[in-house]
Amino acid sequence: MSLDIAIRHGLGDFEVDAAFNVDEPGITALFGPSGAGKSTIIAAMAGLVRPDSGHVRIDGETLFDSASGTHVAAERRQIGYVFQESRLFPHMDVRRNLTFGARRAGDRIAAIAFDPLVDLLGISHLLKRKPVNLSGGERQRVALGRAVLAAPRLLLLDEPLAALDQARRQEIMSMLEQLRDVAGIPMVYVSHALDEVTRLADHMVVLDHGTVAASDTVYAITSRIDLFPLTGRFEAGSVLPGQIVEHDVKHHLSAVAISGGRLWVPRIDRPQGAQVRIRVRARDVMLATVPPADISANNIVAGTISAIRRDDGAYLDVRIACGTDHLVARITHRSLARLGLAEGQPVHAVIKSVTVERDGGRGSGHTSAPDQKRVSR
Amino acid sequence: MTDAEIEALMLSLRIALVAVAGALPFAVIIAWLLARTRFPGRVLLDGLVHLPLVLPPVVMGYLLLVSLGTNAPVGSWLLETFGIRFVFSWTGAALASAIVSFPFQVRAIRLAMEAIDPGLDAAARTLGAGPLDRFLSITLPLAMPGIIAGAITAFAASLGEFGAIITFVSNIPGETRTLPLAIYTAIQSPGGEAAAARLAGLAIALALAGLILSEAAARRVRSLSGS
Repeated sequence: MSLDIAIRHGLGDFEVDAAFNVDEPGITALFGPSGAGKSTIIAAMAGLVRPDSGHVRIDGETLFDSASGTHVAAERRQIGYVFQESRLFPHMDVRRNLTFGARRAGDRIAAIAFDPLVDLLGISHLLKRKPVNLSGGERQRVALGRAVLAAPRLLLLDEPLAALDQARRQEIMSMLEQLRDVAGIPMVYVSHALDEVTRLADHMVVLDHGTVAASDTVYAITSRIDLFPLTGRFEAGSVLPGQIVEHDVKHHLSAVAISGGRLWVPRIDRPQGAQVRIRVRARDVMLATVPPADISANNIVAGTISAIRRDDGAYLDVRIACGTDHLVARITHRSLARLGLAEGQPVHAVIKSVTVERDGGRGSGHTSAPDQKRVSR
Repeated sequence: MTDAEIEALMLSLRIALVAVAGALPFAVIIAWLLARTRFPGRVLLDGLVHLPLVLPPVVMGYLLLVSLGTNAPVGSWLLETFGIRFVFSWTGAALASAIVSFPFQVRAIRLAMEAIDPGLDAAARTLGAGPLDRFLSITLPLAMPGIIAGAITAFAASLGEFGAIITFVSNIPGETRTLPLAIYTAIQSPGGEAAAARLAGLAIALALAGLILSEAAARRVRSLSGS
């Protein structure tokens, strides 16, 4: 899938002026705070908003171009849309809601058939119900199924989990991962929640006040400390690709190789060799100038300081190059001065906690619910 | 009840039914235009639709007479081209009733349509539904409680129409003498008090039945539409 988006659209005293390109399949996240212009951009991609100027090209097909006056109607774009507030049709039962788009899809066949999809989403027992009798999580699952069954070439999700509690969010994120793996539908996922984005997205477009602040892979974006004010201070941390290389059955641990070393994490229920994605929060990384001995932390990785981002207040962020990837550590100004840390200096990163986000292998065919575990010691 | 009274009742029901059924499609379209679209002349259309509500019915009847009478341009054209004659005919009574009760239909349907979340329309678009498809599959079913309520209110208003009918199509027994006209005639005739009372009772019963029916229908549709 390829996205070529350039949108300029005024909304009162606020203007969206955003352009980005994505040339990979999988899930692209539009990430940014509320009011950054995320929803305007996907509404323009779907054809629900006609931008003042710019273009929308998907897989080389021009759906909107102000220069040539092209504007394909939303109903002919074959772009699925899952809204934050589900927007199920209240006068139809769940089954008729689900098949609404499918009945209008003509010859196109959805990437996943009705029965397996309904099973995947866990809504087979709800088919005769009216939307008014569904919970918030059930409604979003039906809305997701309805969009997928319309056989879209691209699925847009506008903060689909924003109105749900943590348990429901985890549940639906896992379903989205399965959909991505089973049905292979490219998705654009709008969110202001970093945990959703780092778990689901392959590509990230960071938006700020209507403009694109950065557009790159999740691994590259999350390790850029210059973006930390946008990617969230408390939750900020780098996401790294890894591979399971060993299981320590006795201690219930698994070893994950990253480009700069290996990390021990709580046992991951996946075979040796499986690709995983891990996240290390900046506040869970300590730095040492000599390899620490007699320390409880299992995970110590050697690297080189590649950047330091000073900040007001007690803390600053340090970016450490480890192999081909990067870790980020949040330490105090005092520690920096005490250790005399500077760019280019070799350090040892002591990692207190690692989150296993998901299986990192796109198209690996793996469909079981992924782990999300965190180790602290 | 006398044959003439039953005749007046049946005639009233027929005229009201034809008036409402004939006006309903137009009411739905105009309500949709007013609720969901913006176009130049929208305010004018809104005013025109509501005119019968504020105009004295007699004036309405007079306007119909001078435009659709057999000697009037439109009326004579209709007579010559299609053989349609409205004056002194029950169809004319139905037309007058339809126009006078039209605002009730439009109002109820428009309110129902305005209450529909426009987001549903956007969702239907992303699922491949074109404009007519969305109107038939989303707007119309969701506006159904309003359509039914509007139709029943308009039916009741048609049953009660007096001024426009007597001015436009006169008071002809068996042709244009509806219930209100029959009551009026009975009151005007010596010894007609008993007949007037019977007819008035009938009118009250009809009105109450209409109200109850309207409530029940709206409730049934609401439960079907799940809102």
